[in-house]
Amino acid sequence: MSSSTVQQRIRQHPKFAELVARRTRFALVLSLFVLVPYYSFMMVVAFNPALLHQTMGEGVMTVAWPLGALLVIGSWLLTGVYIRRANGEFDELNQQVLKEATR
Amino acid sequence: MSRCSHISKLIGGAALALCAAAAFAAPGTMEGVEKQPVNVAAIAMFCVFVLSTLGITYWAANKTKSTADFYTAGGGITGFQNGLAIAGDYMSAATLLGLSSLIYAKGFDGFIYTISFFVGWPIILFLMAERLRNLGKFTFADIASYRLDQGKIRTFAAFGSLTVVCFYLIVQMVGAGQLIQLLFGLEYNYAVVVVGLLMMVYVTFGGMVATTWVQIIKAVLLLGGGTLLMLLAFSQFGFSFEKLFATAVSVHKDGAKIMGPGSLLSNPVSAVSLSLGLLFGTAGLPHIMMRFFTVPNAKEARKSVFYATGFIGFFFLVVAVLGISAVVIVGQDPQFFVDGKVGGKIIGGGNMPVMHLAKAVGGDIFLGFLSAVAFATILAVVSGLALAGASAISHDIYARVIKKGQADAISEMRMSKIASVGIGLVAIAVGILFKDQNIAFLVALTFGVAASVNFPVLILSMYWKGLTTRGALWGGIAGLASAVGLVVLSPAVWVKVLGYKEAIFPYDHPALFSMSAAFIVTWLISVTDRSTQAAKEAEAFEEQYIRAQTGLGAAAASAH
Repeated sequence: MSSSTVQQRIRQHPKFAELVARRTRFALVLSLFVLVPYYSFMMVVAFNPALLHQTMGEGVMTVAWPLGALLVIGSWLLTGVYIRRANGEFDELNQQVLKEATR
Repeated sequence: MSRCSHISKLIGGAALALCAAAAFAAPGTMEGVEKQPVNVAAIAMFCVFVLSTLGITYWAANKTKSTADFYTAGGGITGFQNGLAIAGDYMSAATLLGLSSLIYAKGFDGFIYTISFFVGWPIILFLMAERLRNLGKFTFADIASYRLDQGKIRTFAAFGSLTVVCFYLIVQMVGAGQLIQLLFGLEYNYAVVVVGLLMMVYVTFGGMVATTWVQIIKAVLLLGGGTLLMLLAFSQFGFSFEKLFATAVSVHKDGAKIMGPGSLLSNPVSAVSLSLGLLFGTAGLPHIMMRFFTVPNAKEARKSVFYATGFIGFFFLVVAVLGISAVVIVGQDPQFFVDGKVGGKIIGGGNMPVMHLAKAVGGDIFLGFLSAVAFATILAVVSGLALAGASAISHDIYARVIKKGQADAISEMRMSKIASVGIGLVAIAVGILFKDQNIAFLVALTFGVAASVNFPVLILSMYWKGLTTRGALWGGIAGLASAVGLVVLSPAVWVKVLGYKEAIFPYDHPALFSMSAAFIVTWLISVTDRSTQAAKEAEAFEEQYIRAQTGLGAAAASAH
């Protein structure tokens, strides 16, 4: 079987369209979950730094440091969320498409 | 067999020569002003590192038989190993020393840099990792030129890789010379030669297998050493963030200002330009992208970014604690200041707080250990760079463009080794040439070019059907010209190097403008391209798209 027929079968496979749509949407949503908080943070840094200078409770600790750490930890956790779904659900779907198209 | 013994002799010889170089360096240390006395513990520990990595190179040399082994370790690296190696590539000596000293000096402003260095990683995972793995074989030019003109686009992408590699090599080699001179009491030129020679041995004989393992060992040492240092320093504050920060605020000259954003990124244009450069520049570094081809499939590629992101994020948080701890522990100790004047010049220069911190909390042995780790770090990073450069020369330019894909494996392999040695020699030459030069602008240039030349063509070739050869070429040229031009006109070159009073381009990082230029020109030229070639390229997108999404026909791991 030539590779172009396999290609054609994959393209026409309903699960392929589903896989691509779902995975692309998921990746875009997660990217926004990283970029929107990060750039919001940068804009506060540029336009209203006083907001980040507020202290939490009695001590010297400001909201800036924990928020910064949260950006790092939070975006790492999102990578975990992505690979959990991509390497599980999406990969299974991908294998199904490949198997059925090359059969 | 004869080949093996030949290699082992060479490697053994190199090891001896290097230890001899280290020993010879001792008398030279009397002349230098900034130099430290020879640090025996550091040199001993570094020799252990060198000998064990040369042992690995010997083992790797026997496994490096094909070009696939040389460029990508045959695709046989696991996601976890590759994650450590990626983290190793990204955690350079500049990260440990530079970011911690920035936090030491500027407090939270330094932390903003740290965060900006980090957030590119999740984006690389979400938008690029699996497509990179599915489409690429050995280099990022494989992907950029997948359905475009091999001669033009591959040459241009290889040129982009080599430019970034070259700029970054200068930064690393000069940094290496200065740091090693300082920490080991080794003459600057010797240090540069030692780094260059070791790098040549690793890359030429061991290829990607050796480079990856050197990177993994170094990453483990750096993570372990950094964490231990953090624990030792943090224990002095009873592991209380409140106590740590309260003491830091009470002794820092800027007081409570270190607790939030200051003046460093107060200009929004400059802040956005910096963050775009760091974010997308990371995604355009050839030695990082190459790592995605060393794993067997897209699944492992994703895993490697997950691990890498975790290690890098953890390390960056450790670095932040180190920087703040140094404010208290180093910043008040007269032994770390020139003439014992607290608050004056730091001995060894502004990058040294974390090294002094190691001495303050762990004594000379721990300082020696951390110095050895810093040396190992530089060595591992330059090896990765050299391999990326060698692949661009032998795989892209020699085998694909000059020989049009008809090169036999033996001659391509020979070319890759010649290229590795050549890059090693160039690295030594530029290291010595740029000694005492103000090279701060080269970091902006490296990330600027990576973000404005390599990244646009890469992302558009994967995502945009309408991209044509003509568009990619002109867009790349626009990105390159504007990135280089704007850096030249920026304060870092125009004022600090050329000596003019006021910079024509007021921002240090060009990415906001040069990346926009690259994308706009690429788009404009592509959509107006009505050639038959352009139509064919659009047609070929479908096949590429299916492969990118499913991995159908992707380069498989070679059997071992």
